[in-house]
Amino acid sequence: MKAPSFAYAKPRSLTEAFDLLERPGAKILAGGQSLIPALNMRLSSPELLVDITGLKDLSKIEARDGVVRIGALCTHTMVERSPEVREHLPLIADAVAHIAHPAIRNRGTLGGSLALADPNAELPACALALDAVLVVAGKKGERRVPAAGFFKALFETDLGPGEILVGAEFPKAAKSVFLELARRQGDYAIVGLAGTSRGGDKRIAFFGVAATPILIKPRSLDEAKKALPMPNGDLYNSPATKRHLAGVLLERAWTRL
Amino acid sequence: MDQTLVVTLMVNGTQVTRSVQPRQHLVDFLRDELGLTGSHIGCEHGVCGACTLRVNGEIVRGCLMLAVQANGCRVDTIEGLSDSKELAKLQKAFHEKNALQCGFCTPGMLMAAQDLVRLNRKPTREEIRSHISGNYCRCTGYQAIVDAIEEVVNG
Repeated sequence: MKAPSFAYAKPRSLTEAFDLLERPGAKILAGGQSLIPALNMRLSSPELLVDITGLKDLSKIEARDGVVRIGALCTHTMVERSPEVREHLPLIADAVAHIAHPAIRNRGTLGGSLALADPNAELPACALALDAVLVVAGKKGERRVPAAGFFKALFETDLGPGEILVGAEFPKAAKSVFLELARRQGDYAIVGLAGTSRGGDKRIAFFGVAATPILIKPRSLDEAKKALPMPNGDLYNSPATKRHLAGVLLERAWTRL
Repeated sequence: MDQTLVVTLMVNGTQVTRSVQPRQHLVDFLRDELGLTGSHIGCEHGVCGACTLRVNGEIVRGCLMLAVQANGCRVDTIEGLSDSKELAKLQKAFHEKNALQCGFCTPGMLMAAQDLVRLNRKPTREEIRSHISGNYCRCTGYQAIVDAIEEVVNG
Protein backbone atom coordinates (compact mmCIF):
# COMPACT_ATOMS: atom_id res chain seq x y z
CA MET A 1 0.00 0.00 0.00
CA LYS A 2 0.92 3.65 -0.11
CA ALA A 3 1.91 5.60 2.98
CA PRO A 4 -0.63 8.00 4.45
CA SER A 5 -0.07 11.72 4.06
CA PHE A 6 2.45 13.46 6.31
CA ALA A 7 4.66 16.53 6.31
CA TYR A 8 8.44 16.28 6.03
CA ALA A 9 11.33 18.31 7.39
CA LYS A 10 15.07 17.77 7.23
CA PRO A 11 16.86 19.65 10.02
CA ARG A 12 20.50 20.71 9.62
CA SER A 13 21.34 20.63 13.32
CA LEU A 14 20.30 18.78 16.46
CA THR A 15 18.88 22.02 17.88
CA GLU A 16 16.64 22.40 14.85
CA ALA A 17 15.65 18.73 15.14
CA PHE A 18 14.65 19.12 18.81
CA ASP A 19 12.40 22.06 17.88
CA LEU A 20 10.75 20.10 15.08
CA LEU A 21 10.18 17.11 17.38
CA GLU A 22 8.04 19.32 19.64
CA ARG A 23 5.44 19.65 16.93
CA PRO A 24 2.36 17.43 17.31
CA GLY A 25 2.61 14.00 15.70
CA ALA A 26 6.31 14.38 14.90
CA LYS A 27 8.37 11.23 14.41
CA ILE A 28 12.05 10.69 13.68
CA LEU A 29 12.97 9.26 10.27
CA ALA A 30 16.48 7.85 9.95
CA GLY A 31 17.14 4.99 7.49
CA GLY A 32 13.43 4.28 7.35
CA GLN A 33 13.79 0.54 6.80
CA SER A 34 11.32 -0.26 9.58
CA LEU A 35 9.36 3.00 9.68
CA ILE A 36 8.54 3.18 5.97
CA PRO A 37 7.15 -0.39 5.82
CA ALA A 38 5.04 0.50 8.87
CA LEU A 39 3.80 3.63 7.05
CA ASN A 40 3.12 1.63 3.87
CA MET A 41 1.04 -0.82 5.86
CA ARG A 42 -0.65 2.07 7.66
CA LEU A 43 0.48 0.80 11.04
CA SER A 44 1.85 4.24 11.81
CA SER A 45 0.46 7.65 10.82
CA PRO A 46 2.73 10.47 11.94
CA GLU A 47 1.89 14.05 11.05
CA LEU A 48 5.48 15.09 10.52
CA LEU A 49 8.58 13.08 9.68
CA VAL A 50 11.78 14.67 10.92
CA ASP A 51 14.50 13.27 8.64
CA ILE A 52 17.67 13.34 10.74
CA THR A 53 19.96 11.88 8.06
CA GLY A 54 21.35 15.34 7.33
CA LEU A 55 23.11 15.38 10.75
CA LYS A 56 26.45 14.19 9.45
CA ASP A 57 28.12 14.25 12.88
CA LEU A 58 26.05 11.19 13.77
CA SER A 59 27.62 8.91 11.19
CA LYS A 60 31.12 8.49 12.55
CA ILE A 61 32.85 5.41 13.93
CA GLU A 62 35.66 6.07 16.40
CA ALA A 63 37.76 3.64 18.41
CA ARG A 64 39.45 4.89 21.59
CA ASP A 65 40.82 3.07 24.65
CA GLY A 66 39.08 -0.19 23.88
CA VAL A 67 35.71 1.46 23.29
CA VAL A 68 34.16 1.90 19.85
CA ARG A 69 31.67 4.72 19.52
CA ILE A 70 29.30 4.25 16.61
CA GLY A 71 27.14 7.18 15.54
CA ALA A 72 23.41 6.51 15.36
CA LEU A 73 23.23 7.27 11.65
CA CYS A 74 25.89 4.75 10.63
CA THR A 75 24.22 2.35 8.25
CA HIS A 76 24.58 -1.39 8.78
CA THR A 77 26.76 -1.43 5.65
CA MET A 78 29.09 1.21 7.14
CA VAL A 79 29.34 -0.85 10.31
CA GLU A 80 29.90 -4.04 8.31
CA ARG A 81 32.75 -2.45 6.33
CA SER A 82 34.40 -0.64 9.25
CA PRO A 83 37.92 -1.90 10.05
CA GLU A 84 37.53 -0.59 13.65
CA VAL A 85 34.39 -2.65 14.16
CA ARG A 86 35.95 -5.76 12.61
CA GLU A 87 39.03 -5.42 14.82
CA HIS A 88 37.48 -4.44 18.16
CA LEU A 89 33.86 -5.61 17.88
CA PRO A 90 33.75 -8.85 15.89
CA LEU A 91 30.41 -9.56 17.61
CA ILE A 92 28.80 -6.55 15.90
CA ALA A 93 30.51 -7.28 12.59
CA ASP A 94 29.10 -10.83 12.67
CA ALA A 95 25.67 -9.67 13.79
CA VAL A 96 25.22 -7.02 11.12
CA ALA A 97 25.64 -9.58 8.34
CA HIS A 98 22.43 -11.21 9.64
CA ILE A 99 20.35 -8.05 9.29
CA ALA A 100 17.99 -8.34 6.33
CA HIS A 101 19.61 -7.99 2.88
CA PRO A 102 22.28 -5.77 1.29
CA ALA A 103 19.78 -3.25 -0.13
CA ILE A 104 18.26 -2.79 3.33
CA ARG A 105 21.59 -2.70 5.14
CA ASN A 106 22.59 0.17 2.85
CA ARG A 107 19.87 2.37 4.41
CA GLY A 108 19.04 0.93 7.84
CA THR A 109 20.94 2.49 10.72
CA LEU A 110 22.42 1.32 14.02
CA GLY A 111 20.51 4.01 15.91
CA GLY A 112 17.26 3.11 14.22
CA SER A 113 17.61 -0.53 15.19
CA LEU A 114 18.43 0.28 18.82
CA ALA A 115 15.75 2.96 19.17
CA LEU A 116 13.03 0.81 17.60
CA ALA A 117 13.92 -2.07 19.96
CA ASP A 118 12.37 -4.84 17.91
CA PRO A 119 12.53 -7.93 20.15
CA ASN A 120 13.82 -10.04 17.24
CA ALA A 121 16.54 -7.60 16.20
CA GLU A 122 20.25 -8.35 16.44
CA LEU A 123 21.75 -5.07 17.65
CA PRO A 124 19.82 -4.58 20.92
CA ALA A 125 21.05 -8.03 22.03
CA CYS A 126 24.62 -7.12 21.03
CA ALA A 127 24.37 -3.89 23.02
CA LEU A 128 23.32 -5.86 26.11
CA ALA A 129 25.98 -8.53 25.69
CA LEU A 130 28.73 -5.94 25.24
CA ASP A 131 27.42 -3.79 28.13
CA ALA A 132 27.15 -0.82 25.77
CA VAL A 133 26.26 2.71 26.79
CA LEU A 134 23.63 4.47 24.69
CA VAL A 135 24.06 8.19 24.22
CA VAL A 136 20.79 10.11 24.19
CA ALA A 137 20.49 13.82 23.40
CA GLY A 138 17.65 16.18 24.14
CA LYS A 139 17.02 19.87 24.64
CA LYS A 140 18.37 19.59 28.17
CA GLY A 141 21.63 18.03 27.04
CA GLU A 142 23.10 14.59 26.74
CA ARG A 143 22.61 11.58 28.99
CA ARG A 144 24.21 8.17 28.94
CA VAL A 145 22.08 5.08 29.45
CA PRO A 146 23.51 1.59 29.98
CA ALA A 147 21.95 -0.89 27.54
CA ALA A 148 20.59 -2.88 30.50
CA GLY A 149 18.37 0.09 31.38
CA PHE A 150 17.43 1.09 27.85
CA PHE A 151 15.17 -1.69 26.57
CA LYS A 152 12.04 -1.40 28.70
CA ALA A 153 9.27 -3.36 26.98
CA LEU A 154 8.00 -4.35 23.55
CA PHE A 155 9.18 -1.57 21.19
CA GLU A 156 9.61 0.61 24.28
CA THR A 157 12.88 2.22 25.33
CA ASP A 158 14.15 4.75 27.82
CA LEU A 159 14.00 7.48 25.15
CA GLY A 160 11.77 10.34 26.27
CA PRO A 161 9.64 12.61 24.07
CA GLY A 162 11.83 14.83 21.92
CA GLU A 163 14.99 12.86 22.61
CA ILE A 164 17.26 11.46 19.92
CA LEU A 165 19.59 8.50 20.24
CA VAL A 166 22.85 9.95 18.89
CA GLY A 167 25.17 6.97 19.25
CA ALA A 168 26.33 4.01 21.26
CA GLU A 169 29.63 3.15 22.91
CA PHE A 170 30.62 -0.50 22.81
CA PRO A 171 33.50 -1.68 25.03
CA LYS A 172 35.40 -4.50 23.40
CA ALA A 173 35.23 -8.04 24.78
CA ALA A 174 37.99 -10.65 24.99
CA LYS A 175 35.78 -13.24 23.35
CA SER A 176 32.43 -13.05 21.66
CA VAL A 177 30.03 -15.17 19.69
CA PHE A 178 26.96 -14.38 17.62
CA LEU A 179 24.51 -17.09 16.57
CA GLU A 180 21.13 -16.82 14.92
CA LEU A 181 18.60 -19.28 13.55
CA ALA A 182 16.26 -18.09 10.80
CA ARG A 183 14.24 -19.94 8.18
CA ARG A 184 15.86 -18.03 5.33
CA GLN A 185 18.84 -15.72 4.99
CA GLY A 186 17.82 -12.24 6.11
CA ASP A 187 14.59 -13.26 7.82
CA TYR A 188 13.87 -12.20 11.35
CA ALA A 189 15.43 -14.61 13.80
CA ILE A 190 13.46 -17.50 15.24
CA VAL A 191 15.91 -17.21 18.09
CA GLY A 192 19.44 -15.89 18.43
CA LEU A 193 22.08 -14.97 20.94
CA ALA A 194 24.94 -12.56 21.42
CA GLY A 195 27.53 -13.65 23.97
CA THR A 196 30.67 -12.08 25.37
CA SER A 197 33.34 -13.05 27.83
CA ARG A 198 35.66 -10.71 29.75
CA GLY A 199 38.03 -12.26 32.27
CA GLY A 200 35.70 -15.24 32.67
CA ASP A 201 32.57 -13.09 33.17
CA LYS A 202 30.09 -14.17 30.58
CA ARG A 203 27.14 -12.14 29.35
CA ILE A 204 24.65 -13.79 27.02
CA ALA A 205 21.73 -11.91 25.50
CA PHE A 206 18.98 -13.88 23.76
CA PHE A 207 16.70 -12.28 21.19
CA GLY A 208 13.49 -13.48 19.60
CA VAL A 209 12.42 -14.98 22.92
CA ALA A 210 10.57 -12.23 24.78
CA ALA A 211 9.32 -8.64 24.49
CA THR A 212 12.89 -7.42 24.97
CA PRO A 213 16.24 -9.14 24.60
CA ILE A 214 17.01 -11.18 27.72
CA LEU A 215 20.43 -10.90 29.37
CA ILE A 216 21.86 -13.63 31.58
CA LYS A 217 25.24 -13.71 33.33
CA PRO A 218 25.79 -17.40 34.01
CA ARG A 219 28.83 -18.95 35.71
CA SER A 220 28.26 -22.39 34.22
CA LEU A 221 26.44 -23.97 31.30
CA ASP A 222 23.98 -25.61 33.70
CA GLU A 223 23.24 -22.28 35.32
CA ALA A 224 22.77 -20.73 31.87
CA LYS A 225 20.29 -23.40 30.86
CA LYS A 226 18.32 -22.89 34.06
CA ALA A 227 18.33 -19.11 33.63
CA LEU A 228 16.89 -19.36 30.14
CA PRO A 229 13.25 -18.24 30.32
CA MET A 230 10.45 -20.02 28.49
CA PRO A 231 10.27 -18.01 25.24
CA ASN A 232 7.16 -16.54 23.66
CA GLY A 233 5.96 -18.56 20.71
CA ASP A 234 5.42 -16.99 17.30
CA LEU A 235 3.30 -17.86 14.25
CA TYR A 236 5.52 -20.78 13.30
CA ASN A 237 7.34 -21.90 16.44
CA SER A 238 5.96 -22.95 19.80
CA PRO A 239 7.56 -21.80 23.07
CA ALA A 240 8.95 -25.33 23.53
CA THR A 241 10.56 -25.32 20.06
CA LYS A 242 12.13 -21.95 20.69
CA ARG A 243 13.37 -23.00 24.07
CA HIS A 244 14.95 -26.09 22.57
CA LEU A 245 16.60 -24.04 19.82
CA ALA A 246 17.85 -21.45 22.32
CA GLY A 247 19.41 -24.31 24.31
CA VAL A 248 21.12 -25.62 21.17
CA LEU A 249 22.58 -22.18 20.44
CA LEU A 250 23.68 -21.85 24.07
CA GLU A 251 25.65 -25.10 23.89
CA ARG A 252 27.26 -24.07 20.62
CA ALA A 253 28.16 -20.68 22.03
CA TRP A 254 29.46 -21.90 25.39
CA THR A 255 32.57 -23.61 24.02
CA ARG A 256 33.58 -20.42 22.24
CA LEU A 257 33.30 -18.10 25.24
CA MET B 1 -3.59 21.07 0.84
CA ASP B 2 -0.82 18.57 1.32
CA GLN B 3 2.74 19.82 1.56
CA THR B 4 4.80 19.55 -1.61
CA LEU B 5 8.55 19.87 -1.80
CA VAL B 6 10.83 20.56 -4.72
CA VAL B 7 13.46 17.90 -5.28
CA THR B 8 16.37 17.85 -7.69
CA LEU B 9 18.09 14.60 -8.43
CA MET B 10 20.26 13.02 -11.08
CA VAL B 11 18.38 10.12 -12.66
CA ASN B 12 20.40 7.96 -15.05
CA GLY B 13 22.74 10.88 -15.63
CA THR B 14 20.03 13.46 -16.31
CA GLN B 15 19.15 16.14 -13.79
CA VAL B 16 15.45 16.32 -12.98
CA THR B 17 13.55 18.75 -10.76
CA ARG B 18 10.00 18.04 -9.67
CA SER B 19 7.53 18.92 -6.97
CA VAL B 20 6.63 15.90 -4.83
CA GLN B 21 4.46 15.00 -1.89
CA PRO B 22 6.48 13.69 1.08
CA ARG B 23 4.52 10.42 1.09
CA GLN B 24 5.58 9.48 -2.44
CA HIS B 25 8.03 6.58 -2.63
CA LEU B 26 11.09 6.93 -4.80
CA VAL B 27 9.98 4.04 -7.01
CA ASP B 28 6.54 5.61 -7.52
CA PHE B 29 8.23 8.89 -8.38
CA LEU B 30 10.37 7.18 -11.02
CA ARG B 31 7.47 5.23 -12.48
CA ASP B 32 4.68 7.81 -12.29
CA GLU B 33 6.51 11.12 -12.73
CA LEU B 34 9.36 10.05 -15.00
CA GLY B 35 7.79 7.08 -16.80
CA LEU B 36 10.66 4.79 -15.79
CA THR B 37 8.55 1.68 -15.30
CA GLY B 38 11.40 -0.82 -15.40
CA SER B 39 11.63 -0.80 -11.60
CA HIS B 40 8.70 -2.91 -10.50
CA ILE B 41 6.51 -2.70 -7.45
CA GLY B 42 5.77 -6.00 -5.77
CA CYS B 43 5.17 -6.07 -2.06
CA GLU B 44 5.59 -2.38 -1.17
CA HIS B 45 7.07 -3.17 2.19
CA GLY B 46 10.64 -4.10 1.48
CA VAL B 47 10.38 -7.86 1.21
CA CYS B 48 10.43 -8.77 -2.49
CA GLY B 49 13.22 -6.67 -4.02
CA ALA B 50 11.39 -6.01 -7.31
CA CYS B 51 11.95 -2.25 -6.85
CA THR B 52 15.74 -2.46 -6.31
CA LEU B 53 17.46 0.77 -7.43
CA ARG B 54 20.87 2.29 -7.03
CA VAL B 55 21.16 5.49 -5.00
CA ASN B 56 24.59 7.14 -4.79
CA GLY B 57 26.11 3.88 -6.00
CA GLU B 58 24.47 1.58 -3.43
CA ILE B 59 21.43 -0.63 -4.03
CA VAL B 60 18.30 0.26 -2.06
CA ARG B 61 14.62 -0.63 -1.92
CA GLY B 62 12.70 1.92 -4.00
CA CYS B 63 9.60 1.34 -1.86
CA LEU B 64 11.45 2.00 1.41
CA MET B 65 12.79 5.38 0.42
CA LEU B 66 10.80 8.54 -0.10
CA ALA B 67 11.34 10.63 -3.20
CA VAL B 68 12.14 13.63 -0.96
CA GLN B 69 14.96 11.63 0.63
CA ALA B 70 16.57 11.30 -2.79
CA ASN B 71 16.93 15.08 -3.12
CA GLY B 72 20.48 15.76 -4.26
CA CYS B 73 21.17 12.08 -4.91
CA ARG B 74 22.34 10.17 -7.94
CA VAL B 75 19.75 7.54 -8.83
CA ASP B 76 20.36 4.76 -11.35
CA THR B 77 17.62 2.47 -12.58
CA ILE B 78 17.45 -0.61 -14.74
CA GLU B 79 16.87 1.66 -17.76
CA GLY B 80 20.07 3.61 -17.14
CA LEU B 81 22.23 0.57 -16.54
CA SER B 82 20.78 -1.18 -19.59
CA ASP B 83 21.41 1.80 -21.87
CA SER B 84 24.95 2.25 -20.58
CA LYS B 85 25.61 -1.45 -21.28
CA GLU B 86 26.76 -1.93 -17.70
CA LEU B 87 24.34 -4.85 -17.44
CA ALA B 88 25.06 -6.31 -20.88
CA LYS B 89 26.98 -9.37 -19.64
CA LEU B 90 24.41 -10.21 -16.99
CA GLN B 91 21.52 -9.73 -19.39
CA LYS B 92 23.16 -12.05 -21.90
CA ALA B 93 23.85 -14.66 -19.22
CA PHE B 94 20.27 -14.44 -17.87
CA HIS B 95 18.98 -14.95 -21.41
CA GLU B 96 21.28 -17.87 -22.18
CA LYS B 97 20.77 -19.66 -18.86
CA ASN B 98 17.00 -19.19 -18.93
CA ALA B 99 17.23 -17.23 -15.69
CA LEU B 100 13.82 -15.64 -16.07
CA GLN B 101 10.34 -16.75 -16.89
CA CYS B 102 7.71 -14.10 -16.26
CA GLY B 103 10.36 -11.42 -15.87
CA PHE B 104 8.71 -9.48 -13.07
CA CYS B 105 11.62 -9.87 -10.64
CA THR B 106 14.29 -9.56 -13.34
CA PRO B 107 15.06 -5.81 -13.17
CA GLY B 108 15.51 -5.98 -9.39
CA MET B 109 17.42 -9.23 -9.67
CA LEU B 110 19.81 -7.70 -12.23
CA MET B 111 20.36 -4.63 -10.01
CA ALA B 112 21.20 -6.85 -7.02
CA ALA B 113 23.38 -9.13 -9.14
CA GLN B 114 25.29 -6.21 -10.68
CA ASP B 115 25.99 -4.97 -7.14
CA LEU B 116 27.81 -8.25 -6.55
CA VAL B 117 29.59 -8.09 -9.91
CA ARG B 118 30.90 -4.62 -9.02
CA LEU B 119 32.45 -5.89 -5.79
CA ASN B 120 34.82 -7.73 -8.10
CA ARG B 121 35.23 -10.79 -5.91
CA LYS B 122 34.88 -14.37 -6.95
CA PRO B 123 31.88 -15.28 -4.80
CA THR B 124 30.82 -18.86 -4.17
CA ARG B 125 27.31 -19.99 -5.10
CA GLU B 126 26.44 -19.65 -1.43
CA GLU B 127 27.61 -16.02 -1.44
CA ILE B 128 25.66 -15.32 -4.63
CA ARG B 129 22.53 -16.75 -3.00
CA SER B 130 23.17 -14.63 0.06
CA HIS B 131 23.53 -11.45 -2.00
CA ILE B 132 20.26 -12.01 -3.87
CA SER B 133 18.45 -13.30 -0.78
CA GLY B 134 16.38 -10.11 -0.67
CA ASN B 135 15.08 -10.60 -4.20
CA TYR B 136 12.19 -12.98 -4.68
CA CYS B 137 11.57 -14.92 -7.86
CA ARG B 138 8.37 -16.96 -7.92
CA CYS B 139 9.07 -18.77 -11.23
CA THR B 140 12.56 -20.12 -11.65
CA GLY B 141 13.53 -21.47 -8.26
CA TYR B 142 16.80 -19.45 -8.40
CA GLN B 143 19.03 -22.23 -9.75
CA ALA B 144 19.27 -20.69 -13.23
CA ILE B 145 19.64 -17.19 -11.78
CA VAL B 146 22.59 -18.29 -9.67
CA ASP B 147 24.04 -20.08 -12.74
CA ALA B 148 23.83 -16.86 -14.76
CA ILE B 149 25.38 -14.68 -12.07
CA GLU B 150 28.08 -17.24 -11.42
CA GLU B 151 29.06 -17.22 -15.08
CA VAL B 152 29.49 -13.44 -15.07
CA VAL B 153 31.31 -13.08 -11.74
CA ASN B 154 33.72 -15.87 -12.60
CA GLY B 155 34.04 -15.04 -16.29
